[in-house]
Amino acid sequence: MILFFWLLLSRFSGWSKSVFPGPLQVFESLWGLILNGVMVKHVVASLYRVTIGFYLAILLGIPMGIILGRINIAKSFLNPVLHFLRPISPLAWIPLAMLWFGIGDKPAIFLIFLSSFFPLVVSTTVAVANIDPVFFHVAANFNFNRYEQLKKIIIPAILPEVVTALRISIGIAWLVVVAAEMIAVKSGLGYLILDSRNALRMDYVMGAMIVIGIIGLFLDVLMKRLSKIEPVFWGSIGS
Amino acid sequence: MGHILIENLGKTYIDRRRKQRNSKDKNRSPGTQVQVLKDINLELEDGEMVCILGPSGCGKSTLLRIIAGFDRPSEGTVLIDGKPVKGPSSDHIFVFQHSSLLPWMTVRQNVGLGLRHMNDKKAMGKQIEEYIEMVELEGFEDHYPYQLSGGMKRRAELARALAVDPDILFMDEPFTGLDYLTHLKIREEVVNMHEFLGKTTLFVTHDIDDALVMGDRIVVLSGRPAKVKLSRKLTYVRPRDFMKEKGLSELREEVFFMLGVHYAV
Repeated sequence: MILFFWLLLSRFSGWSKSVFPGPLQVFESLWGLILNGVMVKHVVASLYRVTIGFYLAILLGIPMGIILGRINIAKSFLNPVLHFLRPISPLAWIPLAMLWFGIGDKPAIFLIFLSSFFPLVVSTTVAVANIDPVFFHVAANFNFNRYEQLKKIIIPAILPEVVTALRISIGIAWLVVVAAEMIAVKSGLGYLILDSRNALRMDYVMGAMIVIGIIGLFLDVLMKRLSKIEPVFWGSIGS
Repeated sequence: MGHILIENLGKTYIDRRRKQRNSKDKNRSPGTQVQVLKDINLELEDGEMVCILGPSGCGKSTLLRIIAGFDRPSEGTVLIDGKPVKGPSSDHIFVFQHSSLLPWMTVRQNVGLGLRHMNDKKAMGKQIEEYIEMVELEGFEDHYPYQLSGGMKRRAELARALAVDPDILFMDEPFTGLDYLTHLKIREEVVNMHEFLGKTTLFVTHDIDDALVMGDRIVVLSGRPAKVKLSRKLTYVRPRDFMKEKGLSELREEVFFMLGVHYAV
């Protein structure tokens, strides 16, 4: 259906083929990009940046969220800072990122890290603060030490919410990577779009958009899978 | 092992709620002290099951939480086997009002919580099986709590409590939220377990019949600040029948009256 409308729209919109290409032309160009390896190169570059940035955000954000949720002093010190930084779009950091990290992968990774870090910290903090205190009583009653409390109470208790947060933040990370790649780098899907625009190849632009959409969808499905693992899934039905 | 001595126990909370503007309630000014428990003296012999009754909100649960070490008394002392209570311990297990099974663990993992330090994993598995069998949950070992009915959750929780072979069991209205039949059934099981294992049990309830059917002794607390109003030994053999035991039904009326109900059927 969509393809059909696209076909009609491009045929009768009055714009020329180079401004608003039809589906056939786009898929043909896209196929060409896939065959000559250009597309693979850009996809790998984008995914690489998202993966690194996202992992960094997980590695720092989730432990920080747990600390903020459990230790009130940490919360009263760090929460105001976090809530001040959070509403600033990662894109506003572009000049600083370039200044600090120069040209290349690093500023892009930094921007992706920022985009997923704040939502992860906030959701983890909320999830930890919402754990039913009865579970901590049980832990105390059965003489859990701090490590056991973390491993057997806190982490499994927050997992359902954290997985949801991961799903949302990888979506954001994928949005941000395209924007981040329009500056400072010479590869990635964002760069491909920018470069194609400069070359006035709207068919390439649209091809890249399609690939971005498909990969975004794939990342979301991947994250959804994660929430179906049984120890994670306990929360979706309620205790 | 399982002797509890409570001496002159008192608990006072400081009400930190901010006073509302134009509030006519002068007693609720910030920092007002609310005395919940006052001069509670109680002794539990080893193996005794004592049921604590009282009007709702009188501090029954607070008392239980203090004895179990989850809360601190403002005055007085609690001695368990001669030693002051310093905090929760796996020698005295608390069964909470609402299910406190860890929802991310299976029945087997939950029951095994207190046994996790056993070196012999085979013996541990066997012991877990034993307690699961005892509460008749065979076949549900690998189920998660959300897959169990209310009664089954209570049984699993009992198995978890008993598996560590504690000296004392604390139960805080553990039949809350069960349907009538399940309530009676679980009550029967708790009584059987008590007859069989003879563990010191402190049972808080608002159900007078529960207390009279189960307890070796009942203790009635007054309203705030709670004091011991009545402490009566029950020597009737179990299973108890209100129809046959005249003394029991008389006591029932007396307790109802004491708690302000005059025409209990």
